[in-house]
Amino acid sequence: MSLLEVSGLTVALPPGGDRPNAVEGIDLTLDAGEILCVVGESGSGKSMTANATMRLLAPGLAVRSGSIRFDGRDLLRLPEEEMRRLRGARLAMIFQEPMTALNPLMRVGDQIAEALRVHGAGNDAARRVPELLEAVNLPDPRAIARSHPFRLSGGQRQRVMIAMALALEPALLIADEPTTALDVTTQKQILTLIREIQQRRGTGVMFITHDFGVVAEIADRVAVMQRGRIVEQGPAAQVLNRPEHPYTRALIAAVPQGHAAARPARSVSTETILQLSGVRKTYHRAGGWFGKGVAVPAVADADLVLHRGETLGVVGESGSGKSTLARCVIRLVTPEQGEILFGGTDLRPLSRNAWMPYRRQIQMVFQDPFASLNPRRTVGEAIAEGPITHGVPRDTALAKARELLSLVQLPPEAMNRYPHEFSGGQRQRIGIARALAMEPQLLIADEPVSALDVSVQAQVLALLTDLRERLGLTMLFITHDLRVAAEICDRVAVMQRGRIVEQGPTEQVFRSPRHPYTKALLDSVPGRGWVPPVAHGIDLAKSE
Amino acid sequence: MDASRLPGFLLRRLLKSALVIVAIAICNFLLIHAAPGDPASVIAGQSGSADPQFMEQLRHQFGLDRPLHVQLGIYLRDVLTLDLGFSHRQQMPVATLILDRLPATLLLTGAAFLLAVSGGVALGALAARRAGTWADSAITALALTFYATPLFWVGLMLVLLFSVQLEWLPSFGMSDPGLDLHGPALWWDVAQHLVLPALTLGLFYLAVYARLTRATMLEVADQDFVKTARAKGVPEGRILRAHILRNALLPVITFAGIQAGQLIGGSILVETVFAWPGIGRLAFDALLARDYAVLLGVFFCTSVMVIVLNLATDLLYAVVDPRVEVTG
Repeated sequence: MSLLEVSGLTVALPPGGDRPNAVEGIDLTLDAGEILCVVGESGSGKSMTANATMRLLAPGLAVRSGSIRFDGRDLLRLPEEEMRRLRGARLAMIFQEPMTALNPLMRVGDQIAEALRVHGAGNDAARRVPELLEAVNLPDPRAIARSHPFRLSGGQRQRVMIAMALALEPALLIADEPTTALDVTTQKQILTLIREIQQRRGTGVMFITHDFGVVAEIADRVAVMQRGRIVEQGPAAQVLNRPEHPYTRALIAAVPQGHAAARPARSVSTETILQLSGVRKTYHRAGGWFGKGVAVPAVADADLVLHRGETLGVVGESGSGKSTLARCVIRLVTPEQGEILFGGTDLRPLSRNAWMPYRRQIQMVFQDPFASLNPRRTVGEAIAEGPITHGVPRDTALAKARELLSLVQLPPEAMNRYPHEFSGGQRQRIGIARALAMEPQLLIADEPVSALDVSVQAQVLALLTDLRERLGLTMLFITHDLRVAAEICDRVAVMQRGRIVEQGPTEQVFRSPRHPYTKALLDSVPGRGWVPPVAHGIDLAKSE
Repeated sequence: MDASRLPGFLLRRLLKSALVIVAIAICNFLLIHAAPGDPASVIAGQSGSADPQFMEQLRHQFGLDRPLHVQLGIYLRDVLTLDLGFSHRQQMPVATLILDRLPATLLLTGAAFLLAVSGGVALGALAARRAGTWADSAITALALTFYATPLFWVGLMLVLLFSVQLEWLPSFGMSDPGLDLHGPALWWDVAQHLVLPALTLGLFYLAVYARLTRATMLEVADQDFVKTARAKGVPEGRILRAHILRNALLPVITFAGIQAGQLIGGSILVETVFAWPGIGRLAFDALLARDYAVLLGVFFCTSVMVIVLNLATDLLYAVVDPRVEVTG
């Protein structure tokens, strides 16, 4: 008998959803000591399956049919109080957002102790809490136990969550995208930790993820979900290397491969468009009347050169200063030192007015396609707004906007619709069209594909590559994802704590990194040992 | 909060507060002297002889004939030595007058504050827990009513209902002057007198807290850490108390700090309506009589109270929310 047997699980969506059932006819089994990865894109129902197993579905979602047998008992038919006693004790769960998943007002030790106490093991708390924190490799467990969550980093909080989930040695651990919000080096540590603990204790793990790299890293078995159904299920090696279902193949084909060498080197002119030297930006936290402020260097002595037609990737983990660097170039923040030469002019000391002509020559595409478009303006207006502000006649600007929409492969009807009517990938296309409307010399893309699903991400990357060839665009491409950088960048600059620690041609940096940090980053890329099978004749757009 | 930083924080805040108090004292003084009329003209008017010589004499006696900046200097010196001056009208030191009336005001505002906070949070929590049911609708409607009704009108209606119609509660004063009561009997009498003014003063804020608590609790209930608590098997009652309510109280504390200051201002109206013998009444009478010394004394005293309350709120906030650092 398996540890967990889900059969025929169907969860209804509230009326008016895009489909009648969130998940439909789900069949899964999980044995003790096994890691089952449930993988799929956003909205595929993978989290819903996890929540249904814990019976933590949001109000309004009801299980319509099916059973979830755990240790031989159907969880869906247990009385609420009995289910509560299982939660935390026999079934445990960790979540995606370590920043918000802990009560901000409670010491982390107390939160772990609470898990013990509500299951009648509170007497051991004083001894067990430091032990648990030590088991998840946190330094100085006693001090950590006394800390409030805001004192800990994202990775430390996720370790606390794991310690809490494992407090009563549950038989089943459900991990819902536990590493998605973490930096790649932290992700690697957490994955190793989960694997290690799971092997030591024989825990069954249901691991929800959207990342095939992570799957390759950790899974024993894989279930692929699409629009509420499981389309393929099997041992990890089989699903990863010999995917059968077209959707699985398409997903795997969309995974950025991180092999710079696979792409032919592009010829790039030697004309310098942008040159940064010694750029420095320090953030100050204000003190009070009598207090002293704190200075945080966000970018320190950054030097880089960007040639016409070239794509330079700036890669680094969160807080490395890569976004601040981009913002310095476009003057969303003002650096206090250094030269920013754009076509020979130093932009840094320019006044607001003197900056105006450069505003249109440097354009930016932002990470969040949901937040970066004004919800009350039609897409046409949003795209035409910039040129109109800069004196282009309205009709001309709107006609240009229509052309741009077809350039980013959106129908002309999109002109009169509002941003909320579009999906994330479509919105990012609109964002690109908006930036291109100004006919910029330089395009700064700040994590343009990070908020997108992998198949959409592949499409947007393909679009950017195509536009770059056709329009001869020069791009500064900010990303935390090395696989994406390898896909699109000619050269990369690696940033760590505000400093550029290494830069060079992408292939060279990826193949023979010189700086230890670059090595650590490359080493942490999930699934680096896995070479995705080459997909033959699979058209992403069709299979979607 | 880092306890080792507390003494430094307190010292800095007290220093700042002292500066603020001096600034307030100067403003108060100038404002009062900017108003037309002075104590001499009022006394002369009441005694029926507006003889310029008599007024001159009074002004000289009160020190009002000296240049304004000299008067200000004297006033500031007195304030800094905690001498609030002498009321020529009442022939009593101002400090004595204020100390005499202060307990009544503190009792009234304190009772109103406790009523507003405890009642408001309890009702808000109940409404949030039963969101969408009739209990929620009833509480929301009640809160809106209190929220939208003017203070004095509520006071008058309460008097009409409970004193005039039902004759349950006394309508004015702090105790029954006809009875010579002591000990518990006196406390009971005062408590009865307290009900209506405290309700009048507290109902508006009770409504504010109820709405605030309900809204923040519903917001907090959706947050990830509540789901974490559920996933580790914490019973619903404890989730509500230890996880949701505690986080939802943070904005309530912020608001309570603001309210505490406003209550003292609001008490002037309520003390007048209910003839409550507090410093609000004292200030009102002093204003009519142009009794500068008393008026300035009351202003000074309430400013100090507001500053102390603000400091207390900041400290409380830092104790409740570990993310807040005591700086400044």
